[in-house]
Amino acid sequence: MAAKIAVARANEDGEEADPVMSPEDICAHLQKQFGEAVVEAVPQSAHPHVVVVAAKWSEVARFLRDDPEMGFNLLRCISSVDLLADDKLACVYDLLALSPVSAEELMTVRHAFAVRVCTERNDPHIPSVADLWPAANWHEREAYDLMGVVFDGHPDLRRILCPEDWEGHPLRKDYEFPVEYHGIPGTTEHELYSPRH
Amino acid sequence: MSWIENRFEEGLILTSVDWAQNWARAYSIWPLTFGLACCAIEMMATGMSRWDLDRFGWGAYRATPRQADLMIVAGTVTYKMASRLKRLFSQMPEPRWVIAMGACTVGGGPYFKHGYHVVKGVDLIVPVDVYIPGCPPRPEALLEGILRLQDKIRHMSRAKDPVVEANKEALAV
Repeated sequence: MAAKIAVARANEDGEEADPVMSPEDICAHLQKQFGEAVVEAVPQSAHPHVVVVAAKWSEVARFLRDDPEMGFNLLRCISSVDLLADDKLACVYDLLALSPVSAEELMTVRHAFAVRVCTERNDPHIPSVADLWPAANWHEREAYDLMGVVFDGHPDLRRILCPEDWEGHPLRKDYEFPVEYHGIPGTTEHELYSPRH
Repeated sequence: MSWIENRFEEGLILTSVDWAQNWARAYSIWPLTFGLACCAIEMMATGMSRWDLDRFGWGAYRATPRQADLMIVAGTVTYKMASRLKRLFSQMPEPRWVIAMGACTVGGGPYFKHGYHVVKGVDLIVPVDVYIPGCPPRPEALLEGILRLQDKIRHMSRAKDPVVEANKEALAV
């Protein structure tokens, strides 16, 4: 606490303030650091993000969290996207950098950014970031449960919402509804167990 | 009872076992403390002072199915919950009643078509006595539902129903 308030005082004087980075800066930084691993950078958007290859995602994540200029210490959300037309699955990680500004108001948003990781649809594997951000643990379980993304290195990758013996991943666009589950009829309309999206 | 009435001294009441038993049951329906979703909020409101379920003698919410007579299924029943719900129902002693409260329990409600995880009506799992439509039903509707259940209880009999028996015979042939 004392240390935090000390940092806050320093910020008020205009010294040692944590840098606030624009999306362009962050993109440029990541491209410089990781080169080919950053497939695409979209800084000019309502939702500025970069696209990172799955193989390099753990390294990029560690850099985003531990680099003092980046300082993304909070994972807000993991959204998984089913790109049926491209035969791909994607996970979008929303990150936030919080830092102390004053003694009264300890945490303020410095900057926010997002990272998109794409993977193959029929064999989806993305490295887990549950060891970096503990919030990722349950988010990744949810993405696994509903979208079927396998997070390599996750400490406890089980279904979180559906029953353990559930078949398939319900939020995929080509998911077929269960006709029956443990003797309970799943649909009451004849031959309608795959509604169109 | 008309032929036997007033033949004894004052202070003696004559009635049938059916009537006395049904009267006692109808005014002491103990529901199970059991809520699944937003309908449970309305069920709680019904139990509170404004609607006051207790004035009918139905307000003793029991925390165990072994002491409960009535299961108010208030809220969306998922497949994951279905086995638990069935177990709760089978733990209740007879006679037992079930009220399906709200659109989800009546027939899947808003999840009928696109809810992959929702049971399309709780009557697929347990036998339902009274259906209360609404999303969610107002507390008045729940009171009305339990009043209809009371009607049903008042018509219960220890004797075999001649109409039902006749139907059984007709079906057997």
